[in-house]
Amino acid sequence: MTTATAPAFPTTWSRPPFIKRAWLRWTLYLGALLYMVLAVGSVEVNWMRVWEGLDRGLRFIQGFLLPDFTSRWEDILIGMEESLTMAVTSTVAGVAISVPIGIGAARNIAPLPVYAVCRAIIALSRSFQEIIIAILFVAMFGFGPFAGFLTLSFATIGFLAKLLAEDIEDIDESQAEAVRATGAGWWQIVTYAIQPQVMPRLIGLSLYRLDINFRESAVIGIVGAGGVGATLNTAMDRYEYDSAAAILILIILIVMAAEYSSGYVRKWLQ
Amino acid sequence: MAPVMTDTSSEQVTSGPVWRKRTTKQELALWLGWLVLAAFFIFCWQIMTKTTIWAFVYDAPRQALDIGSRMVPPRWEYLPNLLEPLWDTIAIATLGTLLALFMAVPVAFLAARNTTPSTRFIRPVALLIIVSSRSINSLIWALLLVAIIGPGVMAGIVAIAFRSIGFVAKLLYEAIEEIDATQVEAVSATGASKAQIMDYAVVPQILPAFAGITVFRWDINIRESTVLGLVGAGGLGLRLQESLNVLAWPQVTIIFILILITVLVSEWVSAKVRHAII
Repeated sequence: MTTATAPAFPTTWSRPPFIKRAWLRWTLYLGALLYMVLAVGSVEVNWMRVWEGLDRGLRFIQGFLLPDFTSRWEDILIGMEESLTMAVTSTVAGVAISVPIGIGAARNIAPLPVYAVCRAIIALSRSFQEIIIAILFVAMFGFGPFAGFLTLSFATIGFLAKLLAEDIEDIDESQAEAVRATGAGWWQIVTYAIQPQVMPRLIGLSLYRLDINFRESAVIGIVGAGGVGATLNTAMDRYEYDSAAAILILIILIVMAAEYSSGYVRKWLQ
Repeated sequence: MAPVMTDTSSEQVTSGPVWRKRTTKQELALWLGWLVLAAFFIFCWQIMTKTTIWAFVYDAPRQALDIGSRMVPPRWEYLPNLLEPLWDTIAIATLGTLLALFMAVPVAFLAARNTTPSTRFIRPVALLIIVSSRSINSLIWALLLVAIIGPGVMAGIVAIAFRSIGFVAKLLYEAIEEIDATQVEAVSATGASKAQIMDYAVVPQILPAFAGITVFRWDINIRESTVLGLVGAGGLGLRLQESLNVLAWPQVTIIFILILITVLVSEWVSAKVRHAII
């Protein structure tokens, strides 16, 4: 009798699927496929226009290789000055406003009504794009960097207060309790138990937000809120791709420098 | 900051030294830091407001009231006109994210220290691609692409894709660098080829992170694609631009409400999916 039939254990192995339930897997795959077909089908492309545009694309790439810093240098300088100052002032103002809101939005140190109000402010600030806020502020405060400053400050609140509140909620409770055991009041708990724990991260986040605010300041100029975005928009409208490329290169360089130096500062803080 | 014991003034001598949070020197440095920051803020503020027309600023509350009164009641009859742009907006975000994935995955593998073929030559190029893509906002990409390939949904898709490459590739290459090397070693010990190591040891480890990043970026892209139309790249923003141009504030209200709902729903979906994956 030969018992050399198939062994009782499997000899091949296949990996487990990413989604375990078969019906769910296939429904998702089919649904995704159906959506893809419909979505791709709904995209209308005017290939003639694309073909004509390729020439402009080429000129833009040429612009990147040979950027023109000189002919619009004055405008670029003014735009950059506005963008940088706007980024700094809005970050400082935004941080100054978001610290109390962030403290108010931390459930472990704020009473419920304050918590609800602060969370509502954060949700309001987070749910709209900077550009939409900028449109409204430009309509109210007129063109120029002041509207941009308000927009970026407002956007900073949603970002920073939310992260600060989450950070405060995640602190080491034992330190707060130790300080509370000495008979410290609410204010003393905040300064002696919470502030030292969240400070390094708060500074790191503020620097990160400075970086974001600069990048955003290049965008909100498109709707009239000042900054280098306005210069860029003008350059594009005049088909001056080499000047536009020069502005973009400057933006990339400044963002890179900011990222590098903020990484350095954060390392130094820890 | 080390706690320091210092002798205080004469009236407290009996109670001994008092604990203070900072030394006198640290205290001074801190105040100096605040002073420099305040001075810098005022300096920037003055440059920024050089061209500000304050009459417009003082007039803002009246303007706000005026716009507010024009925005209500919303023109609900306008809603059916927004369904097609809404579909376009979602298509821009979804197809743009997918297009970005195709480009971002190779860039991420080239940028990660442990999978790049050459740390000296290829990695810096990949990092440059990532930082360029990240520093330019999708609206600026859209501005460029509308000029090149013409207004419409296609420009929006490509703009979203270009902006997302940097984001996805950066997070993905960090995930690749953090993989567990022992699994790679175990698979290579079975005699697996380079491609098989990639397939069985690297990819399964980063797959959850990859899915999470994708959904996260899709959520951000929905947000961004709602306004891409402002520069002509299709979607809800196109209707927003049209309504703003004719100062049709009741329509603007409807569009704002729709954008808000879309953003909230996409955030909810993304949170659910990420929760299910991780």
